[in-house]
Order: sequence, then structure tokens, then C-alpha cells
Amino acid sequence: MLTVLLFLPALGAAFVALLPRAREQDARWLALAVSGATLLLAAVVFLAYESGEGGYQFVDRFEWIRAAGAGFSVQYALGVDGLSVPMVLLNGLLSVVAVLVSFRVTDRPRAYFAWLLLLETAVMGVFLSLDLLQFFVFWELELLPMYLLISGWGTGRREYSATKFVLYTLAGSAFMLVGFLVLGLAAGSFDIEVLAREPVRDAAIPLSLVFWAVMAAFLVKLPVVPLHTWLPDAHTDAPTAVSVILAGVLLKMGGYGILRIALPLLPGQAQEYSALLAALAGLSVLYGAVITLQQRDLKRLVAYSSVSHMGYVLLGVSALGTTALAGAALQMFTHGLITGLLFVTVGLIYDRTHTREIAELRGLMHRLPLIGAVTVVAGLASLGLPGLAGFVAEFTTFVGAIQAQPAATVAGVAGIVLAAGYILWTVERVFTGPPDPRWSDLADATAWWERTAMGSLVVVIVWVGIFPRPLTDVIRHGVEPVAALLGAA
Amino acid sequence: MELTGFAQIHAIGASVSLFAGAGLVLLAQLARPLWARGGGGERAASGSPSFALALAALAVALAWSLWHGATGSSGAVLEGAVVVDRFAVYFALLLTASAAAVAVVAREWAEGLGDELASDFYALLLASAGAMVLLAQANDLVAIFVVLETTSIAQFVLVGLGGGGRSAEAGLKYVLSGAVAAAVLLYGFVFLFGAAGTTSLAGIAEVAVADDGELRLPLLLGLALVLVGLGFKMALVPSHGWVPDVYQGAPPPVAAFLSVASKAAGFAVALRILYSGLGGGASSVADEIAVTVGVLAAVSMTAGNLGALWQQDARRLLGYSSVAQAGNIAIGVAALAAGSAVGPSAVLFFLAAYAATNLGLFFVVIAVGRRTGSYALSEYEGLARRAPLLALVTGICLLSLIGLPPTAGFLAKLYIFNAAVQAAQPWLVGLVAIGVLNTALSAFYYLRWARLLVREAPAGAPAPRPAPASLLPEGPVQLLLVAAAAAVLVIGLVPTPVISAARRAAEVLVAP
Repeated sequence: MLTVLLFLPALGAAFVALLPRAREQDARWLALAVSGATLLLAAVVFLAYESGEGGYQFVDRFEWIRAAGAGFSVQYALGVDGLSVPMVLLNGLLSVVAVLVSFRVTDRPRAYFAWLLLLETAVMGVFLSLDLLQFFVFWELELLPMYLLISGWGTGRREYSATKFVLYTLAGSAFMLVGFLVLGLAAGSFDIEVLAREPVRDAAIPLSLVFWAVMAAFLVKLPVVPLHTWLPDAHTDAPTAVSVILAGVLLKMGGYGILRIALPLLPGQAQEYSALLAALAGLSVLYGAVITLQQRDLKRLVAYSSVSHMGYVLLGVSALGTTALAGAALQMFTHGLITGLLFVTVGLIYDRTHTREIAELRGLMHRLPLIGAVTVVAGLASLGLPGLAGFVAEFTTFVGAIQAQPAATVAGVAGIVLAAGYILWTVERVFTGPPDPRWSDLADATAWWERTAMGSLVVVIVWVGIFPRPLTDVIRHGVEPVAALLGAA
Repeated sequence: MELTGFAQIHAIGASVSLFAGAGLVLLAQLARPLWARGGGGERAASGSPSFALALAALAVALAWSLWHGATGSSGAVLEGAVVVDRFAVYFALLLTASAAAVAVVAREWAEGLGDELASDFYALLLASAGAMVLLAQANDLVAIFVVLETTSIAQFVLVGLGGGGRSAEAGLKYVLSGAVAAAVLLYGFVFLFGAAGTTSLAGIAEVAVADDGELRLPLLLGLALVLVGLGFKMALVPSHGWVPDVYQGAPPPVAAFLSVASKAAGFAVALRILYSGLGGGASSVADEIAVTVGVLAAVSMTAGNLGALWQQDARRLLGYSSVAQAGNIAIGVAALAAGSAVGPSAVLFFLAAYAATNLGLFFVVIAVGRRTGSYALSEYEGLARRAPLLALVTGICLLSLIGLPPTAGFLAKLYIFNAAVQAAQPWLVGLVAIGVLNTALSAFYYLRWARLLVREAPAGAPAPRPAPASLLPEGPVQLLLVAAAAAVLVIGLVPTPVISAARRAAEVLVAP
């Protein structure tokens, strides 16, 4: 089942790529069908996951590379647990949204949608892998579609940004690979389950080095200040759909990696360095927020706010308790929805005005009431208004972290205040005020795909905000084993 | 086991058939006036028989090696100077297959040279390949040196065969650096011989194991000099200076052959000598040699990648990339010296993956270069639209050179890094870290190339000069391109057979 879920988008990508030239504009329909089917399957997996039982379910596994004597057996092992199943759902949902907001792409559409679907497979693979090396394979596989999408369909200095993105990620994952190899050889297995059950105590190089080698990749991806500089560039120059995916799920690969690999496999080191992680988290939240305040470009603004918000994930991680970890996992899910939605609306505004300069925009509410309203909802969710998804995650994180990391938590709460500042200020500058004659002939979001893309995300954000129980139950069961491992170390 | 009679011939059958093929090609050319006169003009017009003869010889050699592989023959001939074992057979297959692919791709170019030069080319190619096959079998310092010189001399001429200033200059540069490398290698051999009192690798291994530290200096000097000397073949720093110039100046099919076969043969010999000279890792100098190889590997990777960063000529870029990749492979050699049992098989696997990748890419470069008359990277702009097949092959091969999944290059790097980490020495983990960082560095220029494939010329730019009707090469070459790309993907997705083959071949070294 998970194998189908994993390779369905890739298969779809092959079909999209092979469409006859005469029908290349139909690529979007095929892509929508494929990503829709994937979302459906992901939802089925989410609902069918028995959170009461816990552990990995729907496991598919066989030996992919067999060289036992060489200590180089790589498994093909897929499975979901409470940590990964929300991420899988998120990826399915945002991929559909990404396809929808790309409906206007008419430049080489076959290649565009094929890469978009392949990207979905790569990310899905990261969330589903139960083997370190297989995880690494998918982690690297994601680079190629991203590089080509940004450099091929982006704007501005797209080649520079795409290259920067790839080099940062590759440099980070380089260290991660070293860490994985050392861990795997010390334990004699690359199976994440086995490694979590019997944490490695001794390896070829000190374990704290291994910990930081592995964390390097995740911290770059998350991203954490001062490793974040690739993110605003990549976001600014990426096409809208790619921004949605990048902020919505790719950043989560970093947080997911920490929760799935760094913490359970090296619990002792995670405890040892939790204060440092908390400091990084606090720095990211505050620095990210302060920089956000100064942005003049809408997309850069949302990008920097992501840096700030992903700091909460790291804050939850650094507290190491069940509640804080659940908050971190929840924050990944809700931030994916919220920032995804913000990038959608920013993209729609850009489509109409062809500018992202905040100073150029004002009074848009008069012409774009629907887009404006949705942006306001997303903004309020982003600043943590109760009743919307962001609040649940941030509140859980703070409650969980306040005792373990009081200073960083206070910094986090201060970040919320700053978030309220930059979001409300931006809304005021862009949407309120007298109508600007320059924008008097703008059309609101009328196309069904635009409405569906925004609507589906708004519904989920409100739903999670009001009734988070099904989600939190699953996540709680996902993080409990991790917290137990950390407690035992 | 000492073999006799036919068994002796059988053991070196592959290289004998290649040498015989080389002789036949030359004889056929000599005899050509006779039957051309007798048979009338038709025959002369049908082209020279060199190509067919060369292919036949390669096919025989390939079949013979497969026979060895299937029956698992092993044994020593010529009083132990030459052995036939799985290790040698693995390389024989790799080298012969590469030579055959190059022979097919080179056909169009060779025909442009005229009959006489074409037959010279095929004869030299066969002689060089035959000597390389024998090189992987050689188990004695003298035999190694003689065979090595045979390959080198053949290659010196091959490089200069293109005519014109560049080719001649490249040939001269290749000869000069080759001569220096050979001298250094011989100097190293002298030290090894002085220490062990024998030229047989088995004998050297015995001495190295028994040594209690007295022979440290000669062993150390000998092995270090051998590394530098062989580095010429492997394209490893500090003997790498010729690589970019020769790749650029030599006839492209020759450069393709050098980049794959010469490197493979160099590593084959290096593995054998190092393994014996270090007494299977039991020698007292093993650590020093491991560190030396490690440093050479790190410097090669970094120097190669830095050199490649801003290259605008596809062949020069491939030259620097070849140096960097040699550094990657040398990580496996360092792992061997540091006592990792997986090191040799990692080198073998990497070489197979690299052969498929680099040949595929070189064949594209040859095809594009022939039809556009230029080897500049800018020729690749928008290739995806003009020649989708070529662009696809280029893309796959470039991914493999970077080491991204799902290609052979990814697994090759993973496997070789894995081998190094397995040696359980902290500095080797550091070497792997340098290796992976270099991977990121190399992505910069490989991706720059890959990016060109799908880039469209900006609107309003001056129209490019009239493109040739088709960039596609002739049928058999297309088939080879597809085969190379397919091999890269298949090894990347289903690597177990090749890994097992590499491991069985390496067992000869690891568990004597």
C-alpha cells in the first residue's frame, strides 16, 4: 500500500512526460488526477492508522542491496507511525494545492508537472523510509526536481538561487551521510527501528560528532539561523507552487529528520546538547522575526517568517518531553498548512499585480476581497490566534517547553508578539486603505482551481484549530516512544 | 597451481587474442594492395577491414574472459609472473567492453583519417587493450613494468594520431609526463626489489608480513614512489598534470578510452601492488601508506573539482572531473591500506559504474563535437529540444558523476565511503567528510552543464548559427548511448549483481 502511495506520483510523472506534444496542455489535468489519487490514498492511510496500537504500520520491506559481508545491506523498508502519517497527509494535500496553483503554467507544462510529481515521490520517500540509507536516497532525490523547477520556471536570479539551494543542502547532507555510515557500521544495521531499539554507544568517531554531523543536514533544511540564508533566495525566485511545497513540506523534512533519526538514535547526545539547541531555537525565532519586520517583498516576508516559525519546532525538540515534542510535530503540520496558504495568496496577488513590493500595494481589499480575507485568516493563524491551527501547535510547544527551557520559551513567546506585529502591519499596508487607482482593474480569485486551493487549506486550518483531537492523538502516539527513549538515556 | 601447455595459453587467451587481432589488422592493411588489385575496385570502396577485424578480436577476447569467469579458472602461468583469477577477469571484462564500445564510436572518426591511419588506430587500440588486460593479470614487478610500458607506448601514439598541432602537443605532453612517471615507478620497484630480494608480488608480500620494522624505509619509499608513478595512469595527484590537456588535445575517442580504461588498469595494478607490498595490511608501513593515499585522494578531489569549476570546454571539464573522480576511487585504496576488507570491492564497483557513466558522457561529447565542430559547453544549450536522446543520456550521466540517486554513481560513492568508514579509523571518517563535501562542490559544475540542456536561448537573442540537420550519431552509436545510460540506471537501481561480482573479484586480494 505504501509502495503504491510512494510511486504513484512518479508513475504519474512518467505519463505526464510522455504525453503527446499536441496535448501538452492537458498535463495539468493528468497531474491533478495523479496528485488527487495520491492524496486520497494518503488520507486512507491516515484514517486507517491505528493510533492505539502505535508503532510502524503498513510496513513493506525487502532487501534492496545485499552485500552482507561488506556491511552494506540496504533495505527497502517503508512504514508509517504517528510521526510520519500526518506528514504524509500534509505532503499529499500540499501537492494537490501546488498542482492547482500551477494551472496557469503554460511554459513546457509536461516537464513542469512531471518534475512536480517526482518531487512529491521524493518527499514521500523521506517520510516513509525506515532505513537510513534509503532515507538518504530520497533526501538526495528531492534536489534534482527542486533545482530544475526553480531554475527553469522561477523568476529573478533563479539560477543563482537554485544553485545555492542545492549546494547548501548537499553540503549539509554530506555530513549526514558520514554520520549515517558511522552509525550504521557501529550497529551493523541501517534499520531505523533496530537502531532506535539499541542505541549505539560507541563508534569510530565520538558520538557527539556523529550527532552534529547528522543534525547539520536537518538544521540546514529546517532552517536554523545562521544556516538559513538559502531559504529567502530560493523562495523569492521559485514559482508559487514550488514555494508552497518548499515551505510546506521540504522544511518539515528537517524537523522530521530530527524527530525520527537524530533524537531516537542518539538520545544521550540530544540531551547533552539540548541547551545549545534551545539557544539556536530562540535565536532563530527572534532573529527571524526581527528580519521579517524589515522585509519589503511579500515573498521574502513569508520566507523569513518561516525561519522564525520553524524555530518553534526546534524549541519543542530541545525540551525533549512528550508534550513539547508533540508540539513540535504539530507545529510542522500546521506551519505547512499556514505558510503553504500564505504562499498561495502571495502568488495569486503577484499573478495579478506583477509586483511583490509591499510599498507598491495598498487598498487591495477593495478589489480582492476573497484573496484578502483568506490572507487575513492565514495571517491570524500564523500569529497563533486561538481557534486556528497555529495556536494549538504553538501553545502545546510552549506548555511542553516552559519548564525544560524557560529562557528559550520566553523568547518564543516574544516571537509571537513580533509575529503579530509583522503580520498585522503587512495586512494593514497591503489590504487596507483607500483603493489605489493603479489596482482598480484587478480581478479577484474567480477560477475554481484558485478557490479550491485556498478553500481546502482554510478548511483544514480551521478544523485543526477547533477540533485538533484526531491529529494530536496520532502525533502523541508518535512522539511517546521518542520521549521514552530520551527519558531512558 | 602451475599450468602447462594449452592451459597456459588459455590463461592469457584474452590478451593474446587482442594482440593477435592487432597483428591481423596491420597485416590486412599490408595485404590490402594485393587483393584490392585482384578483386577490383568494389572492395576498395567498401572500406577497410580493420574495423571488422578489431571488433572480432574484441569479441573473442570478451568471450574468452566470460569463459574464464564462468568456469572460475584460476592459476599462474609463466612461473607466476602472470596469474588468472577473478580479479583479473573482472578487469578484463571491464577493459574489453570499454575498448569495444570505443571502437564502435570511433569508427566514423577513424574513417575520416584514411585507411592507413584507421588501421593503425585499431591496431594500437587492440594492442593497448590487450596489454591492459595482461596488466591486470601481472603478478610480478618486471611483468608489470613491461606490460605497462606496452600500454603506454600504444597510447602515446594514439594521443598524437589526430594530426594537427593540438593533438601533437597533447601527445608530446603525454609522452613526457609518461616518461617521468615510468621512471618514478621503476625507482619505486627498485626499492621494493631491494627490500624483498624478489620481483614476485607474492614474494614481496611474504617479506612484508615477516618484516619487523627493518625494511620500513625501503618499503615506504618503494610504495610511495609506486603510487606516484601509477598515479599517471589513475589520473591521481601529483601525476595528473597531463589529464586536462590530453583530454582536450587527443582525438576524442582516444580520450574516452584513456579516461576509463587507463584509469581502471592503473587502479588494478595499484591494488595488487599495495596489497602485496603491505602484506595484506599486516605490514608495519600500512598506516603510513594509508595516510599517504588518503592525502593524495583528498588533494585530487579538491584540485580536480576546483579546476573544473569554471571550465567552458567539455573535454577539459571532463579532464578535471576525471582527476576528482580518481580521488574518490583512491578513498577505497586508502581504506584497503587501512585494513578495510571492503575497500577493494568498492574500488572495483566504482570503476564499473564510472566506466558506464564516463563512456556515455564522452560518447555524447564526441557526437556533439563532431557535428557542431565545437566542444564548448555552450553547444549544449537547449539540447533537450534539439536532440532529446543525447540530452537524456547527458543528464543521466551527469547525475551519476555528481552521485545523485537513482544512478550508479550514487551507489558507487555510497559504497566506497561505506568501505572507508568501515576501516574504523577516525581520520578516514574525516576523509569521507572531505569526499562528501567535494561532492557538493562538484555538483556546482555538473549541474551547470545539466542546466544548459534544458535552457532555451533567451528571446531576442541573435539566432544561433544554423544547426546541423541532426546531432544524432549513426545507429550503432545511438544503441551504445542508450546502453550506457541504461547501465548507469540499472546499476543504480539493482546493484546487487555487480556488487557481488566486485566482491568475488576482490576476494582474491582480501582472502588469499
